[in-house]
Amino acid sequence: MTVLEVLNLHKRYGERIAVDDVSFSVERGEIFGILGRNGAGKTTTVECVGGLRTPDRGDIRVLGLDPQRDRDRLRRILGMQLQESALQDRITVREALQLFASFYPDPARPEQLIDDLGLAGSANTAYAKLSGGQKQRLSIALALVGNPRLAILDELTTGLDPQARRDTWQLISDIRDRGVTILLVTHFMDEAERLCDRVAVIHDGRIAALDTPAGLAAKVATGQVLTFRLARPVPLDGLPGVTAVTADGDRFTVRGNDEALPAVVAELARQGLSPLGLRVEQSTLDDAFVQLTAQTSASTASASTDGVTR
Amino acid sequence: MNATMFRTELRLYFRDVAAVIFGILLAPAILAVLGSVPAFRAADPELGGRSTISIYVPIMLTMAVAMVALSMLPAQLATYRERGILRRLAATPARARDLLAAQALTQLTVLGIGVLLVLTVGWLAYGVDLPSNPTAFVLGFLLVAATLFGIGLVLATAGSAKMTQGLGSLTFFPLMFFAGLWVPREVMPETLQRIGEYTPLGAGVQVMQDATVGHWRQALHVVVLCAYAAVAWGVAARFFRWS
Repeated sequence: MTVLEVLNLHKRYGERIAVDDVSFSVERGEIFGILGRNGAGKTTTVECVGGLRTPDRGDIRVLGLDPQRDRDRLRRILGMQLQESALQDRITVREALQLFASFYPDPARPEQLIDDLGLAGSANTAYAKLSGGQKQRLSIALALVGNPRLAILDELTTGLDPQARRDTWQLISDIRDRGVTILLVTHFMDEAERLCDRVAVIHDGRIAALDTPAGLAAKVATGQVLTFRLARPVPLDGLPGVTAVTADGDRFTVRGNDEALPAVVAELARQGLSPLGLRVEQSTLDDAFVQLTAQTSASTASASTDGVTR
Repeated sequence: MNATMFRTELRLYFRDVAAVIFGILLAPAILAVLGSVPAFRAADPELGGRSTISIYVPIMLTMAVAMVALSMLPAQLATYRERGILRRLAATPARARDLLAAQALTQLTVLGIGVLLVLTVGWLAYGVDLPSNPTAFVLGFLLVAATLFGIGLVLATAGSAKMTQGLGSLTFFPLMFFAGLWVPREVMPETLQRIGEYTPLGAGVQVMQDATVGHWRQALHVVVLCAYAAVAWGVAARFFRWS
């Protein structure tokens, strides 16, 4: 069952085009990631989905509802966690959950959410006195208190320490297991890789790619990444299977397919060099993201190797 | 009307000590200061045999309403907007009218306490008569509050908290002039009195004063207040912004 359908979404602010012809759909129970650099149009897209912004063109359906026309009905089945929002300084965690629960026809029990999100110890703490992680967890709890069918989580783990991030990821998986569909906005690759079933990479307001995290990583031309140090620089461009070479001092990074490793090792052996601290990694979503949203890696690579050979 | 929202806002209000002092205690305090001047307590033939302090009781009440309505209420909403609290609420099914009602009722509760204090201080300490027509007095007070809250909510649409506060002061002083804060309306020149009758607070003070001495009449003032209230609430609801 399709929970969310976005078709040819356009939104501009004055002269600047924020979202340009974005289309995607999200199935029930999916965690769907929207990935992009800052200012790529991620937040604008989800704010249009949430009915907080009016698209210039395009069609959005959330469980059959139009975010603009059916605003009130949409609000009841949609939970949103927003960037740049806050609560009253003196409101306690429990009061905030009770207040937000009062807005919904069939809310979750605030006490249950307090337990689920590990907020029991701070249930009576005022918002202003909460730590960053506690605020973030409260913010997630508030997005879930209405028992939403679709939850939009924007920059979920920004500002959290590594342990809190991992806890939050576990929490999101648990929520999905309860049947909530999740639209996750992020600029962290590890987060998307760990959580998302599918990912749309947005670049300059357009969808640059849409696939599973593994699918995206596999699509990148550089199937393997070799990193090693060399006693002296050697040109490695043009070897079989090598697509890109970057050098930072004596550290070399070579991207290529499966032929690259034997070719590089053979070439180095021929020159009487051995690669120091050699590591071989499969390319990740991170590599895919960089390639999809930056200049093409070929031009970056030639710029860097120029630097080395100069 | 969302009762949880009202309860929450009221609780939050009473956690802010500065706001409680300003909102509840300022008017009784000013009245106590004025009342400590012996001449103000004497019957004055120029005021029709009433004491200055008895004239000032309704003016103090109006001033309390005006301060809360024109300064605290819009500042509160503007701060909520600046901090993103309204933005967060906009993503829920909460309705703008629930928010405005909860805010206005919270401030009204606070004012109610202040009014009781002013009346009690005036009555116990300076022998000012309690309103002889309580129904008319309460209705008059609610009408004045509704009008000023409406104006305050219009100011709250203006934007930032600083902007709203500036506009609040800008509105407060001329309105309070016509309410007779500096010169009681009874001793104003005829023309100023006439103009004052068509300002929200000139009409407001008159309605409350009439109720204090026992009459209803003066349809003009009631009509003036209703007109301001209707226009202000209409504009406030129309131009309300969540972010």
